[in-house]
Amino acid sequence: MTSETKSPGFFSRLAHPGQFLVWSRYLVWPLAGLTVILFAIGLYLALVASPADYQMGETVRIMYMHVPNAWLSMMCYGVMAVAAFGTLVWRHPLADVAAKSAAPLGAIFTAIALLTGIVWGIPTWGTGWVWDGRLTSMLLHFLIYLGIIAMWFTFEDQHRAGRIIAVFTLIGVVNLVVIHYSVEWWSTLHQPASVFTAEGPKMPLELLTPLFVNLFAFSFLFATLQVVSMRTEIMRRRVAAMQRQAAMNRGAAPSPEPAR
Amino acid sequence: MSGFVALIRRDLTLAARVGGDVLTVVLFFALIGIVLPFAIGPDRPLLTRLAPAIIMTAILLALLLAIDRLFRADHEDGTLAAMRFGHLPLEAVVFAKMIAQWLTTALPLLLATPLMGFMLNLPPALLGRTLIVLLLGTPALISFGAIGAAVTVTLRRGGLLAPILVLPLCLPTLIFAVGALDDTAPGSADAAFWFLAGIALLATAFTPFIAAYTLRLGSE
Amino acid sequence: MIEAGMHWDYVATAYAMSLGLILAVIVWVAFDARRQRLKLAALEARGIRRRSARAETQAGPETGTP
Repeated sequence: MTSETKSPGFFSRLAHPGQFLVWSRYLVWPLAGLTVILFAIGLYLALVASPADYQMGETVRIMYMHVPNAWLSMMCYGVMAVAAFGTLVWRHPLADVAAKSAAPLGAIFTAIALLTGIVWGIPTWGTGWVWDGRLTSMLLHFLIYLGIIAMWFTFEDQHRAGRIIAVFTLIGVVNLVVIHYSVEWWSTLHQPASVFTAEGPKMPLELLTPLFVNLFAFSFLFATLQVVSMRTEIMRRRVAAMQRQAAMNRGAAPSPEPAR
Repeated sequence: MSGFVALIRRDLTLAARVGGDVLTVVLFFALIGIVLPFAIGPDRPLLTRLAPAIIMTAILLALLLAIDRLFRADHEDGTLAAMRFGHLPLEAVVFAKMIAQWLTTALPLLLATPLMGFMLNLPPALLGRTLIVLLLGTPALISFGAIGAAVTVTLRRGGLLAPILVLPLCLPTLIFAVGALDDTAPGSADAAFWFLAGIALLATAFTPFIAAYTLRLGSE
Repeated sequence: MIEAGMHWDYVATAYAMSLGLILAVIVWVAFDARRQRLKLAALEARGIRRRSARAETQAGPETGTP
């Protein structure tokens, strides 16, 4: 960090945790407002304005929740991977914070994608869960998220945690690819693809529009939550540092609350 | 190189001195093989069909049970910190420890596998192939486990975390290992076998570097 | 929404689950933010400063920032 304070470029100044707290304050409410507007339009389009699919009937509306969440589940992991890179290469404190904030959000998006998928599967496939390639790799994706969250909670020293979790996150990227293909390969071995390859015909525009509006709505939701949790995380670390400072001032050493 | 061999020998000696660990892992493996037939019922054809899957799962769980001790003791008494600054690179140290770990956990399991196969009614013709697949699969599992152990070694309460982190990573190995033992589809079994070999080679080649890097980060 | 086609119950379940989880996250994130802000304010009110407070850097652990 000292090297950054010596030669603060534009971006390193922006990405400085203290500076981040200052400028991101003005970001939260606009982002939140945009999210609300997009959700209002998106839900209206999804539930009222869009037609039922001629094949799947009304259940096609589940897609507008299912697909954006599945997409964001990947997106969150992408953010974590980039942040992991930032942690390992530039040792940037804000990268740790970003990675830590994205993990629970990603887990929630993955959970929603899985749950809506189950609810969608019951009427259309006749079963909520199959050990299909997509489903299984999504479940493992969820487990990897949970593992990463568990690590953030188990490490007491959050700086060391950031680096070690960064390594694991990057291994996770490689593994998610391998898992995806191996599971795909494995499921085609055991059950010939019947329902699942039929991903539906080319999607008509009246289904595509609500899907994309909801995609944007969820993306902005993620952005909002990510900025707020990053701010919270920075404050949490400040609180922990100040509590340590207070304990040192008192001269006594009551164990300070670990920063988590 | 002599330091490398000496390191393996040291770990083997330590394991032999506290022989309980090896026995525990093999017993755990055998118990899964005993408990599952009770749960499934004495249906011999069914057991025959499930035998490769049961053996693979039992091996995976038994290896993960033991993986936490790979670096733990050496980290706690400071040996690992000393090794970081020894003349042997940390990557080589990790690799030596992986070999020792394989010799003290995977090899006994491999030796116990024929007995396990007999109990689970594994077709004798498949036993040879099972052992070859295990010979390939266990280094991959040990490698993933080593990464998990390196990630969690600085945690005093990390013992339970490592298996949870590692289990999803081990899934492709499990899929291909069981796939390679599927004698109903010889073509895809062969493909699975080569995939397994690829995973094992890549995992074993990269793990010493990843684990050593993680260990350095952890002790900074 | 008027046309009671098939499976509206499934659609409703899916939306309820998604929105329920989303609301839970929002509430949790907001609550956490508020709690940390209050803690920070309380500490600042007690006149505690981080060693690096003047430079406005993020405070690392005792060992100093690596």
